[in-house]
Amino acid sequence: MGIIQASKLVFEYIRRDEEGNAEGITRAVDEVDLDVKQGEFVAILGHNGSGKSTLAKHINAILYPTEGVIRVDGMDTREEAHVWEIRQKAGMVFQNPDNQIIGQVVEEDVGFGPENMGIPTKEIWERVEESLKAVGMYEFRKHSPNKLSGGQKQRVSIAGVIAMHPRCIILDEPTAMLDPNGRREVIRAVRALNQVENVTILLITHYMEEVIYADRVIVMDRGKAVMQGTPREIFSQVDKLKELRLDVPQVTMLAHALKKKGVPLPDGILSAQELAKALGY
Amino acid sequence: MLRDITLGQYYQTESVIHRLDPRVKLVGTILYIISLFVCNRFTGYLIAALFLGVLIKLSKVPFRYMVKGMKAIVFLLLLTVAFNLFLTPGEPLVQFWKLTITKEGLRFSVFMAIRLTLLIIGSSLMTLTTTPNNLTDGMEKLMGPLKKIRVPVHEIAMMMSIALRFIPILMEETDKIMKAQIARGADFESGNVIKKAKAMVPLLVPLFISAFRRANDLAMAMEARCYQGGEGRTKMKPLQYRKQDFAAYGIFCCYLAVLVLVSQIGMIV
Repeated sequence: MGIIQASKLVFEYIRRDEEGNAEGITRAVDEVDLDVKQGEFVAILGHNGSGKSTLAKHINAILYPTEGVIRVDGMDTREEAHVWEIRQKAGMVFQNPDNQIIGQVVEEDVGFGPENMGIPTKEIWERVEESLKAVGMYEFRKHSPNKLSGGQKQRVSIAGVIAMHPRCIILDEPTAMLDPNGRREVIRAVRALNQVENVTILLITHYMEEVIYADRVIVMDRGKAVMQGTPREIFSQVDKLKELRLDVPQVTMLAHALKKKGVPLPDGILSAQELAKALGY
Repeated sequence: MLRDITLGQYYQTESVIHRLDPRVKLVGTILYIISLFVCNRFTGYLIAALFLGVLIKLSKVPFRYMVKGMKAIVFLLLLTVAFNLFLTPGEPLVQFWKLTITKEGLRFSVFMAIRLTLLIIGSSLMTLTTTPNNLTDGMEKLMGPLKKIRVPVHEIAMMMSIALRFIPILMEETDKIMKAQIARGADFESGNVIKKAKAMVPLLVPLFISAFRRANDLAMAMEARCYQGGEGRTKMKPLQYRKQDFAAYGIFCCYLAVLVLVSQIGMIV
């Protein structure tokens, strides 16, 4: 059975004008089905307002579905008794690293989650050490988060989630505010967690380059999950992606253009090496 | 200018002062401030300044960090001194136009200046050597008994620790907004006080909006990490008095005793 299961998930909110009068109802998530297995790396793609963040917040029981059911590790998020267990099992990393770090020292911040769970002091220290090592931030444990770079701060946030020993981590555009270097650091840390620790990863992003490592990609548009498949399957449909106002990686784009001009190439080329090989270099 | 406020900025290093229990530092700072206001002799202030000097030396925090904190209150300091200087009644010393400087006024204003300076440096020393989390832990523990009369001690401590963490971030943000407004022709420098205050409005509005947005984000992040108030929470760094903490209390008592003694001797002589 999958760790995250959603069936016919709908989330609606009331749109209001400036005086607070109801203008209408918006469906942010529209009948989405989701089934994520333990250890899987799933990426959710979509441009702004496609409902991907709203969907993510359901998994952590921050938002509750209007219709449909979402289960995390078999527990229905709407049952209040399970809320804290769900939040521990499905950790969440947000976009802005500054707004999710609570501690003034790196190690204190990582310890915040375990403290809330009532873990004994000795074990908190073990968990902090192990999670900081997992994201390669152990030597910064005594530093103030304000003095770290964006990528380092985001890795601390990830460590803070790992310390709670979740079975799955949801990353809601963790790299949106980072420079290319920081982005690479964070994605490397996330991939390592997935491959070494077998943590289920749900990565929400609009950077295509980050998606190519995923086992499965889900493309969302206007609240609906419109495409689903491996990165290769998704990126072989360049025209459809363009229709959804999504960029494809530059290499894929180039290969697609070449193919249209009659160069014999396979669909869904994801890296420069692959393209070079396909062209016979 | 706005980055100069060091209050709430932790200075990372290893020292005896850093390792002390935050409760010792809190109680110490409060007693130190009280001692500054009770004392009314120059010898007393000399002892207080010397005592603080030794503590700063022990803390290994560069002195310029504390002076940085001073810059922000220079205006307040001057204002207090001026008020005390001109408005204390007593034996006139100098008189020009409508202003009179009295002997008592001079003495009082000098005391006030020393008091405020030592007070700021003393409390900066506490915040520079204690992590805000540690500090609020100390406060939570010290105020623990108030829980019985339903004072939300944990919540207050949590709010303070978050406020302290966001000071540098909001400072940076203010700087950023200021630059953005200056780039679009805003003028924060010229004009009288009222005009300057009015010029702050386009600075404060975006700052408030951003602060609320941050608060919202942080609350969500805290809930996502299972924060549910003080009940059933364990501590990563539980507070425990060690030998050095009792020694520090002892040293502090000695300091107070010397100070009291000095002022007593002064009274008699």
